[in-house]
Amino acid sequence: MAIKAKKLNDHTYIVEKQGDMKVPLKIFANEELMKKIEGDECLQQGINTASLPGIQGFSIMMPDAHRGYGFSIGGVAAIDAEDGCISPGGIGFDINCGVRLLQTNLHKDEVQEKIQPLLDALFENIPAGVGAKAQLRLTPEELEEVLVEGAQWTVKKGYGTQEDIENCEENGKLTQADPSKVSDLAKKRGRGQVGTLGSGNHFIEVQYVNKIFNKETAKTFGITEEGQVVVLIHCGSRGLGHQTCSDYLRKMEEAFPDIIAKLPEKDLIYAPAKSEIAKDYFAAMCAAANYAWANRHMIGHQTREAFKKVFGDKVEIHTIYDVAHNIAKEEVHMIDGKEKKVWVHRKGATRAFGPGRKEIPDKYQKTGQPIFIPGSMGTSSWVLAGTEHAYEESFGSTAHGAGRVMSRKQANETWKADSLKKELEKEKIIVKAASWRGITEEAPGAYKDVDEVIEVSDKAGIGNKIAQLKPMGVVKG
Amino acid sequence: MKKYEFLDHTADVKFLAYGKTLAEAFANAAIASYDVMTDVKKVKAVEEKTIKVTSKKKESLLYDFLEELIVLTDIEGFLLSKVKAIEIKENKSNFQLKATILGDNGDNYDVHTYIKSVTYSDMFIKETPTQTTLQVVHDI
Repeated sequence: MAIKAKKLNDHTYIVEKQGDMKVPLKIFANEELMKKIEGDECLQQGINTASLPGIQGFSIMMPDAHRGYGFSIGGVAAIDAEDGCISPGGIGFDINCGVRLLQTNLHKDEVQEKIQPLLDALFENIPAGVGAKAQLRLTPEELEEVLVEGAQWTVKKGYGTQEDIENCEENGKLTQADPSKVSDLAKKRGRGQVGTLGSGNHFIEVQYVNKIFNKETAKTFGITEEGQVVVLIHCGSRGLGHQTCSDYLRKMEEAFPDIIAKLPEKDLIYAPAKSEIAKDYFAAMCAAANYAWANRHMIGHQTREAFKKVFGDKVEIHTIYDVAHNIAKEEVHMIDGKEKKVWVHRKGATRAFGPGRKEIPDKYQKTGQPIFIPGSMGTSSWVLAGTEHAYEESFGSTAHGAGRVMSRKQANETWKADSLKKELEKEKIIVKAASWRGITEEAPGAYKDVDEVIEVSDKAGIGNKIAQLKPMGVVKG
Repeated sequence: MKKYEFLDHTADVKFLAYGKTLAEAFANAAIASYDVMTDVKKVKAVEEKTIKVTSKKKESLLYDFLEELIVLTDIEGFLLSKVKAIEIKENKSNFQLKATILGDNGDNYDVHTYIKSVTYSDMFIKETPTQTTLQVVHDI
């Protein structure tokens, strides 16, 4: 069936309510990105999401949307937390996959000179790739603590600083976490992986500030000049999170055969808000999210150590912020003029809260929260600021990345690792990878143009441009 | 007969696996999964493991079987080389799978891709008296 999306303006499309849809579908995209979204069968997933019980306002798709499981990647849904439902496929297997950005007091020129030893030090400090062994192996008791306390546990153990915690979504800890709802198998997978990067599209990138678009806000974020070096960390909850998602998909499948029978896609399975499983999954998901924050926090600490090894004690590194882009949050939004408690599912979408919202740190109260959108390997990444307008438009959410357009199979057939590496080196981008075959799958050409995604977010007013970052060195899992 | 083949998928990995029987198609799906992670032909068959799974439906059996393998790789670093024996029994209310697999420790190989999870996306199992075809998408 051809899906008809109506163009509302230069950056928004609407699919009106039809069939089982309870709300319309809203897509943030320009014409170019819309063509890519239409070519990927993911509009149907946005429509399927619009049929979930208790969904409010709109089913939303971001400009970087592509095909996922149940929800599309780049999908947002605010669902009634009392009478609606929660759907693990609306969060993703990598619970609290997200991004942390660190700022340094170093300039591009001095880092460029030592980029190779720096990447070597990062690679040594932060285990990457499959089966990588963490420096930290947790006892079962310690793992329980991590699931409850998240990044705060790592600070208590002497890794990183209190300031890192303050500059982190939820201060690195969701209080609704309950480790007893996480399976033993998931815990077993989690014990040896805090402070490891994993593989796939996860990376640590050493970048410099290429262009500042809003000086005042950038300064509040700690971005003071063009040429300043920053570090972007992209990873998630590793095996523990993947297992938690899988466990609850299977549990819901067994518990709700009647729901499954009516769904267009099995991965869209959900648990009604009032059911025990919904509560258990939410508590387990929060625990897995805490694990991911501990993981990114630990990697932040290991990054700081690696910089000190190469540049000495004069290096100062501060966490700007840390954002989740695969998560469901219990939030209060204005719906039809009334405050309502909803579970905002953000799957491949970033929270984009504007000024004044109590959930964001004091220092960002006037600017709105920082948002980080990583580009594909070798292209720009972006710092945005959340807006008040985003509450009305997208339940306080914006995009999360460039979004794939080409399959990994095709990418492997199109590029060779050697020549891709040389091409990047020509642009002064050095890559160090756990495996070289993985690198071709992440070739910049396999992704959409992140700059276009950012233009849409900025024009739609759901995340404003603050600074553009360019890569110098990449450590890839 | 082809054992498996990879298909296009924007973000993840999708394949068809074939077999004369259901069990053989499951075994080939296991090998295809390791072909995603590493050069599976190079993995030595030096370590033996037994996997037992019980599930209510055929599809969930396939999901649970492949998940067991992913977990084995994630926790122990084990890489599969071949399936030595595999048996699927159909009972009144469930399906039981028992497999003996051979492989090696992943530290000895270039493992380039990690499977986050098996999914139900586009999954199907088609059986005729002479052939089984199944389809799997892994989230990577």
